[in-house]
Formats: sequence, C-alpha cells, structure tokens
Amino acid sequence: MSDSSALKTPLYDVHAELGANLVDFAGFLMPLRYASEVAEHRAVREAAGLFDLSHMGEILLSGPQAAAALDYALVGNITPMPVGKARYTMIVDRDGGVLDDLIVYRLAEQTYMVVANAANVAVVRNALVERAGGFETVVDDRSATYALIALQGPAAAGVLARFTAAPLDDLKYYAIMAAPVAGVDALIARTGYTGEDGFELFVSSDDAVKLWKELAAVEGVTPAGLAARDSLRLEAGMPLYGNELTAATTPFEAGLGRVVKLDKPGDFVGKAALAAQAQTPAGRRLVGLVAHGRRAPRKGYEVVTSDGTPCGVVTSGAPSPTLGRPIAMAYLDSGAAESGLAVDVRGRREPVDVVPLPFYKRS
Amino acid sequence: MSVPEQLRYSEEHEWVDGLGGESDIVTVGVTAHAADALGEIVFIELQVAEGETVEAGETCGEVESTKSVSDLYSPVTGEVTAINSAVIDEPKVINDDPYGEGWIFKVRIADEPGDLLGAEAYTKLIEED
Repeated sequence: MSDSSALKTPLYDVHAELGANLVDFAGFLMPLRYASEVAEHRAVREAAGLFDLSHMGEILLSGPQAAAALDYALVGNITPMPVGKARYTMIVDRDGGVLDDLIVYRLAEQTYMVVANAANVAVVRNALVERAGGFETVVDDRSATYALIALQGPAAAGVLARFTAAPLDDLKYYAIMAAPVAGVDALIARTGYTGEDGFELFVSSDDAVKLWKELAAVEGVTPAGLAARDSLRLEAGMPLYGNELTAATTPFEAGLGRVVKLDKPGDFVGKAALAAQAQTPAGRRLVGLVAHGRRAPRKGYEVVTSDGTPCGVVTSGAPSPTLGRPIAMAYLDSGAAESGLAVDVRGRREPVDVVPLPFYKRS
Repeated sequence: MSVPEQLRYSEEHEWVDGLGGESDIVTVGVTAHAADALGEIVFIELQVAEGETVEAGETCGEVESTKSVSDLYSPVTGEVTAINSAVIDEPKVINDDPYGEGWIFKVRIADEPGDLLGAEAYTKLIEED
C-alpha cells in the first residue's frame, strides 16, 4: 500500500485522515473505500457521494483550429458542439481499436478540455499532440494542476446549490460552466459515472482540500471510493476502459457505434477501419447478464452455452447492491443463443439471463 | 488490525478458537485483516454441511464482496458440528465482529492441528503482506 513510486492526489492526506483503504490505481494512491463500499454505493443511490477523481487527465486544446484538430483526432463530431456543452467520445487507433473513452468539454470559443482515464493520459496526450500537428492549436496537458471532485446522487444538486450562485437548474446533463463553488474557482460539469444526477468539479489542485472539506461537511454527503464507483458504473451499464473497452475492442462491439460519426466532414484517425467495421456485423457484442444464484461472474470468466461450449467472456461482474443479485457485462459471440447460458464461476456453471443494459436507471 | 492473543491462525487468514481446551469442538472464522482486505462481505457460501467433514488446508467455501472473492479454507480437520446461520443470512456480521458474532463454523477435531500460527506470528505475517 505504501508504494513510494505511486503518485498522490492533492486530497491524499484527507483520505488518509478518513482512514481510507488506499490502493495503487493507475499509478496513484487512491481510496478504494473509506468504510463499507456497499454503504458508499447506497449513499450515492439515495443521497450523495463525494469522489476524488484527481487522478484523471485533463488535456486542453486551444487555438483557432482546436475543434478541427479534435475532429481529426477523435471519432466524434466536435465542431458543431456549442460552448458550455460536453460530448462522450473515443480516441481510436488506425485499426479502429479503442485507445480511450473520453469526455470533451467546450470551455470557450477556441478552448476544449479532453478528460481521459488516468491509465491512458500519456497515450491520449501523445496521440493528441501527434494528430494535432498539422493544425493551429496548442495541446496542453493540465492533469497535474487540475483536481477533480465528483458529487453524485439525487441530493447532489441541492447540496451544490448551497455553495454556488451558479444557475444549476440551467446546467443540463452534459453541460459545463465556470463559477465559484465555496469561494473556489471551478468548472462545474453535469456529468458523472454513477447513473445518478451529479456534478464533476474541476478546480486548481491548491483548492481541492478546501472544496472537499466544505462539501464533505454537509450531512448526507458520504465520501465514496473507487470500489463504489465501479459497482455504480456497472449497474448503470457504463463501460470501463481496460474491461469493456480495450485497443482490441471496436466501438461497435461495445454497443457504442453511435459515438462514431462516420459522416462528419473530413477524415479522422481510424475512419477507414471503422467504416469497414460498420458495414460488417461485429463478431461479438456487449450484453448484460444477471445470475440466478449468488456467486458473481467476474472479469475474465467464460460464458458457456447449455452444452458447455464457450460463447463469450465476462468483462466486469459483481454482486449488485441495488439489485441484490450478481450482475455482469460480457462479450457474447454473435450467433450464440441468448437462453440457457451460464458463466463458469471457478469451475462451476452458474446460470445467467441475458438482460438489456443498463441494469439500473434512475427514476 | 486486531489479532486476539488467545486464538490460533492459518496462513490463509482463518482463526481457530478453543484449541487446547477441555472440549474437542473448536470455532472457526476469518480474521479482521482478511475481512478488511475483502471489503464488505455480501455473500458467503459454505460447501460443507453439519455432519460433514472438513480437511485442514482444503477449501470449504467462498467469501465474496462486491470487489473480490476469496476461498475459505478450513484450518482444522474434523466433523462440522455447527454452522452460523446468522452470518450466512447477513455476512456483513463478519466485518463488524470477525472474532465474535462473525464466527463461521464449529468443528469436532480428532487431533490437535500442528501448523497453526500464534498471534505474534500471525501479526508478523499480515505486516509483511
């Protein structure tokens, strides 16, 4: 746990004071949980949870051709996006393999912020620098100077409103605005990874502790770790890079073909490969599984047909706190029957049903 | 992490209570260290029933949290005389009180097991983890 080479976020001391179970995640010492990850999960579903996501990457692109550079570098159509809006998108390699899934925010007329997964920041930054080479834009990796705090859950808006005069009612899902929160300059984004309403607050690293402490002091706000974040996003059917998405996965297999904008103007990296994939049925597709029994399918376990023939692989799985049963996402071979399936859970076949994603949708 | 002095421990993080006492029945559970490492336990499956036999060092069940799963090993050999249905129904009890209400099963042992650790040796083991 005390790997000296691991990086610390600006909130490390706060986590340590709270008695967090700290683990190395993508090179950062991050809170896995503070007390019970199940209680933290429920707090987000029922009230509000507070997450330190400062390990994630923030890469700014600015200049007159920032949008054009992003249109070339990413699969999404960035140019038409208005200031103050956000898009979920991906960066792929020449073969259409996913290098990372991203959110791009348009902060100003000529300024965009690309938020990347912690483990992929270097890959994304290097690819953006390379792909933006022919464009009039500057790529600036600000990951070390930004802290990111997420406040997620049905009570999040009410809590945040106590600390900011920003018109939160006007801030729609996948939108962003700059405004002070608790006296701290912040970018307030209505985005998240939990399946609940909520906010992601980008602030200077220097202000992270002050903002965290103000928010954490509110009754009903529970600090939540990466374990709860993972079970929340799984219930919400959201992919995790490294599990559902890898360089060996295409967006189409992951059920995310809608983010690939083949008809946007101009070329983009991976376009030819993705265009070909769009014409051919994918060899496998991402599905949701719910187990009949109590033993949970886990990442890497084999999905088998009723006669035991392998027909897929689990990418994420856990006992779902909300459903009270084990759930999983898995890649299922095309043509495999959807009934009578089981997952080989450490040598024993546990029957599962294929269900539509997400497992959980807020009411 | 608490390591009660009077218990004996396996390298797989189970504890045994009652060795060397008047009764030949001992109580088995998982240590606070193991429960903490797993996270909140949401499911425990025992692969043995009362009256069946467990073997020292053999798996006899699984303990599962949202994040991970771990085999449960019997630290002793003998006949299972009781299973704690309270922890089967509500496994979180193991996190809340691993050495008390969180006991898992009782075994009538034939012989004293040889290779269990004392509290000091077990503490050393988990500090090296």
